[in-house]
Parts: sequence; C-alpha cells; structure tokens
Amino acid sequence: MATSDYTDTALSIKNLTVSYHNQPVLWDIDLDIPAGVMAGIVGPNGAGKSTLIKSLLGLVPSLSGEVMVHGRPYATQRKRVGYVPQRSSVDWDFPTTALDVVTMGLYGRLGWFKRPGRKERNEALEALEMVGMSTLAERQISQLSGGQQQRVFLARALVQQADIYFLDEPMAGVDATTERAIIDILRRLRDAGKTLIVVHHDLQTVRTYFDWLLLLNVRVIASGKAEEVFKIDYLRQAYGGQIALLNDNESLMFAASKVK
Amino acid sequence: MAWLELLSDYTFQNVVIGASLLGLISGPLGCFAVLRRQSLLGDAISHAALPGICLSFIITGSRDIGGIMIGSLITGSAAALIMLMLTRLSRLKTDAALGACLSIFFAVGIVLLTYIQGTNNASQGGLEAFLFGQAAATLRSDLWVMGSITLVTLLVLAAFWKQAKLVTFDAQYARTLGMPTTAIEASLTAMVALAVVVGLQMVGVILMAAMIVAPAAAARQWSRHLGGMLAIAAGVGIVSGVSGATISTLSRGLATGPLIVLTATAIVLISLALAPGRGLLWGVIKHYRQKAELQKQQLLYALYKHATVPKRTPSTLGSRRMLNKLKQQGYITRTQSSAHAGTDCWGLTAQGQEEARKVVAAFEVLAS
Repeated sequence: MATSDYTDTALSIKNLTVSYHNQPVLWDIDLDIPAGVMAGIVGPNGAGKSTLIKSLLGLVPSLSGEVMVHGRPYATQRKRVGYVPQRSSVDWDFPTTALDVVTMGLYGRLGWFKRPGRKERNEALEALEMVGMSTLAERQISQLSGGQQQRVFLARALVQQADIYFLDEPMAGVDATTERAIIDILRRLRDAGKTLIVVHHDLQTVRTYFDWLLLLNVRVIASGKAEEVFKIDYLRQAYGGQIALLNDNESLMFAASKVK
Repeated sequence: MAWLELLSDYTFQNVVIGASLLGLISGPLGCFAVLRRQSLLGDAISHAALPGICLSFIITGSRDIGGIMIGSLITGSAAALIMLMLTRLSRLKTDAALGACLSIFFAVGIVLLTYIQGTNNASQGGLEAFLFGQAAATLRSDLWVMGSITLVTLLVLAAFWKQAKLVTFDAQYARTLGMPTTAIEASLTAMVALAVVVGLQMVGVILMAAMIVAPAAAARQWSRHLGGMLAIAAGVGIVSGVSGATISTLSRGLATGPLIVLTATAIVLISLALAPGRGLLWGVIKHYRQKAELQKQQLLYALYKHATVPKRTPSTLGSRRMLNKLKQQGYITRTQSSAHAGTDCWGLTAQGQEEARKVVAAFEVLAS
C-alpha cells in the first residue's frame, strides 16, 4: 500500500504542547493520521500517551496547539469522535446497569432535555450484542469482571457511531479472550472505514494489531506506517535506557510479533 | 386520643412538615454528593453557613428566614467554590482544602456570633439556635420558603437528570459529548447548599452534614438504579425526619435536630447490616452457604471417586454434621462393611450417585 492511498486525513495536530507543574508532558507535537487506519500510540511509561488523547479531547488543558478532525476544528466535530477512557477512570460501584452505561453514549445526540426511549434502548442493546455482552445487559456494573467492564465502555463508544475512536489502553488488565474480542471489533470498525487511535503498552503485539504507529516520548519520535516505524533504532530512541532489555530479545520480539 | 391531640398540635405539624421537606431535599442531593465522593462538602457548606447567618442579621437587623437563607447560601457556596478552586489550582488535596475551608468559615461565624451577642441587640435572642437547630420555632411562613426551595430544586434535578447522572458517573466522558461539565458540577454543589439552607432551622449547621450523607448511604444499600437510590434516600430522609420530630415531641424537651440525625443513623446501621446483596449479614450468610456447599460437593466427590475404599466415620464435628445432613437429604447411607467389621462406613444412594456425577462433571470442567 503506497502512502498516496491515504487520501483523507482523519486527525491533524499542529504544535501541541502540554505541561504539568512546569514539566513538559508533551512537546511540540505535529501529527497527521490518515482515515481508515488502526493507529497505535506506543511509548514508555510517562511518555504522555494518555495525556495526548486527553488533550486532544480538551480534557487536559494545553499550552498551545490546534486539533483538526477531518479538516475541521475538534470543537465542531464532537459528534464524529468516540472516546473509550481507561477502565479505572470511573467508580464501578455506581448504581446502574450495563445497558444504562451504554445508553449514556447517546446522551450527546439526544440534546438537553430529551430522554432515552425505546429506540435508544434498542441501539444500546445492539452495541452490547456487538461486544458479546447482550446477556449481561441488566447486570449491575459492579458485578462485571474487568474485561466485561471494558467491553461495556467499548459498546458505549460504539453507539455514538463516530468516525474516529480514541481508546485509552483498552487491553490493560483484560484476559486473552477479551483482548481477542476487542481487537476483532476494532478491525471490523476499521474495515468499515473508521479510524481507530489506540494507546497501547504491549510491544509484543504492536506489529500484529496496528497498521499505523506513533512512537511517543514527550516528543514524536516517529510516526507513519507500522512497518516503517517499528524499527529498532526508533524504539531505542523512544525507550532510552530500557531498550537494553528489548535489544537482548530483539529476535524473539520480532518473531513473536509475526504470530497472527 | 393522645395521638389525635398531637396531630392537631400546630407546632408539631410545623415540625413534621419541615422535617419531611428536609428529608425530601437532602436525600436525593446527598446521593449525588456521596456518589461524587463529596460527602464532606455538605459539612463544609453547612459550617460555612454560620457567617452568612450572622452577616445577614448584622445587615438586616432581624431574624427573618429569607435574609438568613440568602446569607447562608452565599457564604456556603463561597466556601464550596473556594474549596473546589483550592483542589483544582493548588497542590492541596481535597481533604486538606475541605478542612481548611470548614474551620476558617466556622471560626469567622463564631466570631461574628459573639460580636452580635456583645452588641446587646434585643432581637438577637436565639441566633445561636442555628448551631443545633430549633425545630419548635418553625413558622408556617418558613415552611412555604422551605417547600418552594425543595420543589424548585427537585424540578431542576428532574429536568437535567441525564446530565447530572453522566457527570456523576464519568465527567470526562460527558465532556467529550459536549456537556458543560463544570457548570453541571457547580450546579450540583449549589443544590447541596440549598439543601443545607432548608435544614438550618431543623437540625442546624453542625449536624446538617449527617442529613446529606446518611440517607444516601442507607439508600445505596437497597438500590440497583440511580433513580431508585434517590427515591429511597428521600424516603429515608422523610422517615427519619418525621420519627425524630415525633420522638422529640413525645419526650418533651429532647432536641429535635439531633434526634432526627440519630434516627437517620439507625437506619444507616440497619441498612449496612441487613440489605440484601450488600449487607454485612448477607455476606456472612453467603460465606457459610458457599462453605457448606463446597464441603458437600467434596464429600460426594470423594465417595464417588473412591467408592471401593471403606470410609471411616470422620472425626470432626463439621464433617459429621455434613454427613448426617446428606443422609437426611437421601444422598448417602450408612453401611456396615464386612471387611472392616464394627466400623461405620458411608455409601452413595442412587440419588447420591446422580448428584455426585454432576459434581464430578462440574469439577472436571473447572480443572480443564
């Protein structure tokens, strides 16, 4: 696939800088992500992966920078953007059901005063079906396992029927079955022309899962098609001292990532 | 006869209606405060109401409920805002910011209170009653004010139900949907201040926090939905208000506010202990049930897998009891083994065989 195949730019970031207590967390990020790819954001702990997503969505204040979604400012394009936050970002002891959480994804579309009705309920049930959770629709969210909670969050983003999805470590702390299921859903979305931008921490699976990569460590180390970015030189640059461990297992790592 | 007399008593009517209104507003709003982990915000707001009460008295020169409510609303909300700003903008954590706000505002309030007492103003009599509430002094006109505040607050909450729910559950996600989360959060906090204002006359500034936290904490135990939790919290608030007021009137001279708070606390304790699914007692019962079930399965498994080996009567009390129970249920029977004359042995009945096969199958699924 040649670069020219990517005709549309789904996400474009110019000169984004975020700092926290005078410490730069993200520095001068320039980035273009084409539409219809499954993009991974990879980097060491503290590289600013989650912060990048949060500042794009306006959840963390940035010092500078502009974010364009499909060529228009993000603020005007909210309806085209879906967000799957980290599972640990909410209190799962909240008194509600899985179905209700998924329905929350439709609140933006419903406007200020309209209440969710039968139509919204059916849409939410469909999304739960997609993530394989339709039997647990009426289950209290506190009684769901970690993987099931993650799927509920994914379903909540699915009902938004967005064009771009941001996912913050969707594979963190879930079992292999759930990881497999999540990846299958994400691939189906990509094949339907959606753009997926996923914060990921497991280098072993990066090459298998993603066709586009951003290597991040406060600055952009490299970005582009996965096979061009997932190079040992770039990885060494991104991970610094920790690359020693990678280096020893270099062959192993690349072999593992080829497993389909 | 005594009850009829009590019910037609003007003061008693006022106190009961006031206590019910307080329960009706503090229960639902307390739910949001508790779920947003801001239970103690109610404490800060209510303590910070005291300087507002005093300032209003200094400015207007009267104990008029309207002025006092406006004054306490202003200082209460100011304390809440300062507290939220401190946590957002400085490195102070929530508990420290809260503690600081609460005590500073309350100290200012006490200073103002003693200043007013020093001025020998004749109408200042009983301003300190707002510390612990003075339910018996409630007037019909006060009730109209309290009732309007309660009605308007609950209507606003009903209108913005979706927003309030989503912001409470997942504020960051709400923001990505384009909701003005800061405004919604500020409104929810302001509504807690309104609940505090309604409670000033009934329970006073010091104990008001209990009326925010207790009904919500009790309701969480019994509900599976946010709407249900709010309804139950309102119910708990009303029940504790009415029973506290009744006990106080019947006992002649015991303070109403503290009695309301104690009743609410009793309901919380009962809920924590007994609520199905979440209660402590329920947990203990479930633990023992699971333990017994596992023991039964293990016994059946052992008898099934090692049917040829004679089983001597086990020595522990627990297992002997379990064997007898299984015998009663018809799963096993006591046999005399010819090879080991004189010792008791246990064998599976036909019914037991069937049950044991199920257990073995289930164990094998788990093991694979």
